Amino acid sequence: MTSAEGKRGLRIVVCIKQVPKAQELSVDPVTKTLKRVGVPSEINPPDQNALELALRLREKHGGEIVVLSMGPTSFDESLERAIAMGADRAVLVTDRNLGGSDTVPTALTLEHAIEKIGGVDLILCGEETTDASTGHVGPGIAGHMDIPQITYCSEVEILDGKVRGTRMIEDGAETWEAPLPCLVTVDFGCNKPRQPTLTGKIRVKRGGLVVHWSAADIGLEPSQIGLRGSPTIVAKVDTVQLPARGGRIFQEEPVIAVSLLLDALRKDKVIP
Amino acid sequence: MAERFDAVVVGAGPAGSAAALTLARKGFSTLLVERGRAPGAKNMFGGRIYAWPLFEILPDWTKDCPVERLVTKESMAFLTEDASLGIAFESPKLSEGKAASFTALRPKFDAWLAKKAEEAGAMLVMGIRVDDLWREDGRVKGVFVAPDDRVAADVVVIAEGATSGLVRQAGLKADLEPREVSVGVKETIELPEKDLQDRFGLGDREGAAIVYAGYASLGLRGGGFLYTNKSSVSLGLVVSSEDLARKKVEIQDVQTKFRMHPAIQKLLKGGKVVEYSAHLVPELGRNMMPRLYADGVLVAGDSAGFLINNGYTFRGVDLAIASGIAAGEAADAARKAGGMTAANLAAYERSLRARNVLQDLEAFSRTPLYLKNERLFDVYPRLVIDLAERIYRVDGTARGRLVDTVLREVNASGVSKVTLLMDLLRGARSM
Repeated sequence: MTSAEGKRGLRIVVCIKQVPKAQELSVDPVTKTLKRVGVPSEINPPDQNALELALRLREKHGGEIVVLSMGPTSFDESLERAIAMGADRAVLVTDRNLGGSDTVPTALTLEHAIEKIGGVDLILCGEETTDASTGHVGPGIAGHMDIPQITYCSEVEILDGKVRGTRMIEDGAETWEAPLPCLVTVDFGCNKPRQPTLTGKIRVKRGGLVVHWSAADIGLEPSQIGLRGSPTIVAKVDTVQLPARGGRIFQEEPVIAVSLLLDALRKDKVIP
Repeated sequence: MAERFDAVVVGAGPAGSAAALTLARKGFSTLLVERGRAPGAKNMFGGRIYAWPLFEILPDWTKDCPVERLVTKESMAFLTEDASLGIAFESPKLSEGKAASFTALRPKFDAWLAKKAEEAGAMLVMGIRVDDLWREDGRVKGVFVAPDDRVAADVVVIAEGATSGLVRQAGLKADLEPREVSVGVKETIELPEKDLQDRFGLGDREGAAIVYAGYASLGLRGGGFLYTNKSSVSLGLVVSSEDLARKKVEIQDVQTKFRMHPAIQKLLKGGKVVEYSAHLVPELGRNMMPRLYADGVLVAGDSAGFLINNGYTFRGVDLAIASGIAAGEAADAARKAGGMTAANLAAYERSLRARNVLQDLEAFSRTPLYLKNERLFDVYPRLVIDLAERIYRVDGTARGRLVDTVLREVNASGVSKVTLLMDLLRGARSM
């Protein structure tokens, strides 16, 4: 896939996921699953950084930002928020057959949707999601599309048909260049996502900027997606039980407390 | 790309939603902007709404309006540290026709009214704070959020509540002075529905409203209120912010003492405080209202100081709704007259008068709280309760004639008879 001839500016696809707000989540002690009911949602925070990065690139180079997601229609809330923040339009792939998809069919679905959007120069994804934390989907899309990818970038520049991404590694920074089209995953917290604007929210209200596609719309068979298309098997989910602390507090006079503590440590053979 | 509407309304409270609804019905493309995540999310009031202006814009309001209880029982009570003296008025007439009033919870009520405005065709946008007006050539051209985020409009209706920054920015009013505002606090206390109905002597959908004077505000200028919701009670105070500052009293301490009063405890026993809120209450009085209109702009609701607190009724939401309707009507009249100039928008004043909003404010706010006599809040409640004690306590000591008792109590209160007489006359006149 190549950039369409004579097209002005960049066409950027930003892949986002709607996730429950992490700080308001808890685990059901009985079923051991996340309690999602009634928990407010947000755009996966690293995806917000990806969107902000896209908005800055558009400011510099012009073009169009299409936000893409896969999930139930409740995800419209996040797609609308992305438009209110400045994205041009959004696509939601929504289909009952997609339920239970792991990262393999998810990446395949997004890839098919990106092909249908067409003429895409750059695909931006957050580095990973706060609810699943796999970091698979971005690289998976690049794999299905057979295009280059640069992961965990905190800076992205566009130079004449190329993308240059800077990724922080343990002992410094790496800079990579790749030809467009390319997929870049974006470091969480590398920028400060902007707030929705009044004019952006008005554009959302005027409507028509979010389209829904089914799996069939993008040429996917039921066998390729959902549980059937997912190699992952969830064998068991468990919560970590923090061991009870067996500590003791010495409340005697400091001099006595210290000698009692030393005795106790010697007795437990912690110190000689 | 700049967006454009015929009218932008700032604030989706009762005034803003009523204005947006009226404007939309009159064919204005209307944007209603709310800073909270939902209408009513940031709003606070005592707890009761007088329904009369709803009959004008939503004659079928009783069908789906989120009413907690219809007020069928009105009381007022004087409090001292440990005693209370009250009178109660019960009449089916209280809840009949346009005189109906009801208790409500703002997140529900405001969302309902904003929905009605949307159904009429207004566009509701939430979670956006409008910081400034877009002004050009001395007139208001729209609203301004950021340099690249502004919306043009022929007319802007400011309905953003008591602490409106836009009213000041439009040059319609100077900064608020402490003496122009009171502080309102309210606790919502949950009670099982059955206990609540038993304690207040109410039927299934019936509600009670009580105003308190004296110890409720610890003798500071102001008073307390209590309204019954379906399964909770709204208990709160409105107190002069000047008095709080001068006497160095914290409003939450006043509220706690009020809640702990034996007469209140009896009503709320076993209840759980589930919400605490505080708000500024404009006490501007008619003379200190902002200018209500200028080129391209109208002011409605609390932003305009449309609030009446005369000691026995607290009115705000009804005046807000009525002023919203009047603002919509005025914009329509101005458009027909050729444009949103101040001269054409003067129709607003006529529309307000047609709904008796200004007349009521003139009649009742002749003495805003900050001018009101401190004796009303401190000496007199004590006086009537002392008197009641003398009348009702029989302990074998000599009783004397009632008139002697009254005179002795008056003398003991330290207020001269002339002053008392003057206060009585003034009080009667202000009603």
